[in-house]
Amino acid sequence: MFIRMLRGTLLRQWKKMLMIAFTIALGASLASAMLSVMLDVGDKVNQELKTYGANITVVPKASSVLTDLYDVEDENGTGAYLREDELGKIKTIFWAFNIVDYSPFVSTQVTLPDGSEAKITGSWFNHHMELPTGETLDAGIGSMRSWWEITDGTWLDEQNAAQENSAMIGTTLAERLGVKAGDTLRLEGSASALDLHIVGVYDAGGDEDEQLFAPLNTVQTLADLDGKIDSIEVSALTTPDNELAERAAKDPSSLTVAQYEIWYCTAYASSICYQIQEVITDSVAAPVRQVADSEGAILEKTQLLMILITILSLIGAALGICNLVTASVMERSGEIGLMKAIGAQNGSVSGLVLTEIFITAIFGGVIGFLAGFGFAQIIGHTVFGSAVTLKPMVIPITAVLVVLVTLAGSIPAIRMLLRLRPAEVLHGGH
Amino acid sequence: MSLLELKHIYKIYGELHALDDVSLKVEKGEWVSIMGPSGSGKSTMMNIIGCMDKPSKGEVLLDGVDIAKESAKNLTAIRRDKIGLIFQQFHLVNYLTAVENVMLAQYYHSLPDEKEALEALDRVGLADRANHLPSQLSGGEQQRVCVARALINYPEIILADEPTGNLDEANEEIVVDLFHKLHDEGTTLIVVTHDPEVAEVAQRTLVLRNGRLHKEIVNQNFTGKIHFEDMESFRKEEKGNA
Repeated sequence: MFIRMLRGTLLRQWKKMLMIAFTIALGASLASAMLSVMLDVGDKVNQELKTYGANITVVPKASSVLTDLYDVEDENGTGAYLREDELGKIKTIFWAFNIVDYSPFVSTQVTLPDGSEAKITGSWFNHHMELPTGETLDAGIGSMRSWWEITDGTWLDEQNAAQENSAMIGTTLAERLGVKAGDTLRLEGSASALDLHIVGVYDAGGDEDEQLFAPLNTVQTLADLDGKIDSIEVSALTTPDNELAERAAKDPSSLTVAQYEIWYCTAYASSICYQIQEVITDSVAAPVRQVADSEGAILEKTQLLMILITILSLIGAALGICNLVTASVMERSGEIGLMKAIGAQNGSVSGLVLTEIFITAIFGGVIGFLAGFGFAQIIGHTVFGSAVTLKPMVIPITAVLVVLVTLAGSIPAIRMLLRLRPAEVLHGGH
Repeated sequence: MSLLELKHIYKIYGELHALDDVSLKVEKGEWVSIMGPSGSGKSTMMNIIGCMDKPSKGEVLLDGVDIAKESAKNLTAIRRDKIGLIFQQFHLVNYLTAVENVMLAQYYHSLPDEKEALEALDRVGLADRANHLPSQLSGGEQQRVCVARALINYPEIILADEPTGNLDEANEEIVVDLFHKLHDEGTTLIVVTHDPEVAEVAQRTLVLRNGRLHKEIVNQNFTGKIHFEDMESFRKEEKGNA
């Protein structure tokens, strides 16, 4: 009988039910679109922010101690180095997939032709690596210093054999020396002297404009530092820090086993640093606070905006449902009054009305979810230029939200239904 | 013990006394009409007897239980178990067929039984219209579905509110005949009407005016469809008042 009544009322009121389904679909579509984008926006914003440089630096433990103790940068070197042959291991850590880019650095002072001294830094430009996992990776400052403006010449191409003994020079130094792209510069290092071909002049907008940049092995040759590096800059996709991450960053051993598991298996900057330290001998990896914090702040604000849009859309949907369901109950007051008059308790009448609404909500919710995923793709392509990945958790969250919004929207109608007295609707009160 | 007894019932809405110290008794198997002009308190009395409203003051004893003191939930249960309701506007669920409308009362009472519901429709002469929707039935047929729905759970009282108010003469006769049949079977009938033609066929007619029991007319020679002297005089009196 319940099914007959349900079928009858759904078929009889299909236009009204379609309106309710449409309202729910609208709310569900906005909620699922915002949730999909919100859960994926972390990666997207991170990728955008990666163009502003590394967010983790790795230095030898000895130089890190000096920095920690005296709060000064290690300008002259402590004689401590990291091993170049361990660089590939960074892509073997638990969060290897989140390591977007990284590059080693080694610096030395060289004597220029005019007798003055300058700093030359060796690094990867577009280094091609065969990883221990069998994968390949192209990494280096070519992508990690994307904000450099090349004012003359081109970027140094490590893969081009003709540019083996080449370097790039900062604009300030180039102006002082009167050097331009295509010139050759003789540099005398502590171990040897090399004639380097200047392929490009860059404007970094900072101290790096008074330096030279050359391939890693070139600088290692100049300073006799074969296989040694000063530091590594890592660009990683990270999750904004929370209280657990902050506690772990200070002392991972203070965590319980369960907390440690959660922390280790979440892409916090501190857990990625910890894992890098595990694979690079005698190293200290630390997040570049300014970048990491900015990322976190931007991400949090973006997510807050999305949450607000989601909440507003759901409130809108709840109000719409409220109006439609209330109108439906008012329209059916005679029928509901009759049911009560012939013995239906409030629970069974409410159950019938709620079941009708929830069947409609399921229909609207599924349509809304699919439409929302479509909206998310439009947002993804319009704002980030890439597709938004469907996170499985969006499905249960959307389902719960649809249930809550439908319930909230139905409350006034159910209250009206509970208060409805058969005597008032079947014939006048007196 | 009377099946139904109202003791000094009042129903007060602000200044208005819809029922003003009304007392009456209805015995088991009796057929009683309640008559009166609009605003006399007929519907209020029906709502109270039908457990759809409570009096402001007084006792309503149904089978010895004072329903005026029961909760809304208990009143629903009493209504379901003891009272069969018939309305002027029929109040059939328009997306259910005739037999489903009868089964609806069974559903809220106990368990729907289609065979029994069809038998009830047969009793009111609508077996062949069982699968028709209310919109496919005439007014008289709809009211007979209402009667079938009212009697399906074997109630102690059938309470009819203006049962012929929306019917033509032919259908009115069919419905009144049905009441005779039910009465012959021992059903207690309380019919609220403003139509003397319908009221006069009852064993007893209670006339309400301004919320008070104005007159009680007993059909001493109750045998069925007869016009009796007291009712004739009441009709003359009503015409005079009008």
